[in-house]
Amino acid sequence: MAMKPRTLRRHFRESFKSLRRNGWMTFASVSAVTVTLLLTGVFLVIMLNLNKIATDIENDVEVRVHVKLEATEADKEQLRTMIEALPEVESIEYSSKEEELQKIIQDMGRDFSLFEQSNPLYDVFIVKTAKPQDTPDTARKIEQFEQTETAVYGEEKVENMFSFMKTARNVGVVLVAGLLFTAMFLISNTIKITIFARRKEIEIMKLVGATNWFIRWPFILEGLWIGLLGSIIPIASVLVGYYYAEQAISVRLSAHFIDFISYWPLVLPVTGLLLIIAIFIGIWGSFISVRRFLNV
Amino acid sequence: MIEMQGVTKKYPNGVTALSGVDVTIKQGDFVYVVGPSGAGKSTFIKLIYREEKPTEGKVIVGGINTAALKQRSIPTLRRQIGVVFQDFKLLPLLNVYENVAFALEVIEEEPAVIRKRVMEVLDLVGLKHKARMLPTELSGGEQQRVAIARSIVNSPKVVIADEPTGNLDPDTSWDIMRLFEKINERGTTIVMATHNKDIVNTIRRRVIAIEGGRIARDEQGGDYGYEA
Repeated sequence: MAMKPRTLRRHFRESFKSLRRNGWMTFASVSAVTVTLLLTGVFLVIMLNLNKIATDIENDVEVRVHVKLEATEADKEQLRTMIEALPEVESIEYSSKEEELQKIIQDMGRDFSLFEQSNPLYDVFIVKTAKPQDTPDTARKIEQFEQTETAVYGEEKVENMFSFMKTARNVGVVLVAGLLFTAMFLISNTIKITIFARRKEIEIMKLVGATNWFIRWPFILEGLWIGLLGSIIPIASVLVGYYYAEQAISVRLSAHFIDFISYWPLVLPVTGLLLIIAIFIGIWGSFISVRRFLNV
Repeated sequence: MIEMQGVTKKYPNGVTALSGVDVTIKQGDFVYVVGPSGAGKSTFIKLIYREEKPTEGKVIVGGINTAALKQRSIPTLRRQIGVVFQDFKLLPLLNVYENVAFALEVIEEEPAVIRKRVMEVLDLVGLKHKARMLPTELSGGEQQRVAIARSIVNSPKVVIADEPTGNLDPDTSWDIMRLFEKINERGTTIVMATHNKDIVNTIRRRVIAIEGGRIARDEQGGDYGYEA
């Protein structure tokens, strides 16, 4: 459906005229879109980061196999061969109790060098599975081996993370869906008022044979502007907010081996999505009224 | 030009406005549609410009069967028909020129054509000198002339008028009727629903009288036939 530039200009002009004429309703709808997208943006940023952190942790999950204290070098060699023979195992690394202690001293401070006198730690095999979800099974199998004292992995840490994320995601989705609905409702109401204010014009347009799309376009555009105006503050907030948040928080968290998603790979998809949502609720909101009240 | 074959119109509320109407109106005819209030005149008019669809029968306007017309093809039909109402239906915020030009702008006519055509019809209805005035600054008769100018600016084959003099005093009504005669002389078909006995009895044309949803009389050069 090719549109003449002159016609397009007319539709733009008419849609802006209505935005101005509906002043307060426009303001209310734009505000609703703003609040909705702001919360959606914050929610997205948090969820994406939690997701990444969870994946990182999940990928980091390793089975720490404590070797029995009385095991000889030959026993250890045998245990290593048995573990390597398990099909799920991707890598295996040995860390003697002296090395383990050095790591602790590094992490926790010189105070722990006291233990150098009498090292309470085990020799450890650090086992990684190819697929993170195989970790619990593998740990259980290794625990059965003769020379294994215990085989542990960060079970609870991961499980808690996932259950928290699930709850957070559900609450967020319900909240955002409710807000999206409200914003759409307000936009459709604004458009309804526009249609009502212009019913005489519309009646004459129909009488003299304007096409249905010619009549619809200004209303669709009006909805689109409301959506786009409402997306300005949320998009700017994500762009500026994440810049500072990432800097402030990532410095503090990097000590715990937690990484945030870096700036551009996060803000581009998030702002893009916000823009698409804004366009969608704007057009859809006006479409509801156009379909119900325009009768063309 | 306009043909109705066995047309019946029932409204969803159960009222039968027209039943078994057969009418042929030729290109260039001038037709009065008369009859008591509620007899079906308005429905008759609305069927022509496809504001309503017949429940039974066919309404053919300019070769188009309106009953079979798809929603998105209605504009094609409407561009061949000019419509004038009792209450003028002018846009109060637009001046005379803009009100008439509006009809061409919304069907995406070329600006040069719009300027030329609007000035021509304003000249025809005698309001060229008031082109910049708002409808509220005009008399009722002048407002109706603007509405008539708008209805013919697209050079339609037929002009439908529903009580065009209903809101006007007798002198002004005569002016408006002379304008319709002028338009008719140029070959445009006129279909006019009216209650104005004096006009129908003086300017003798074809009279279609509708009573109780049926055509009671269809007479070339007939009179009004009712007590006003």
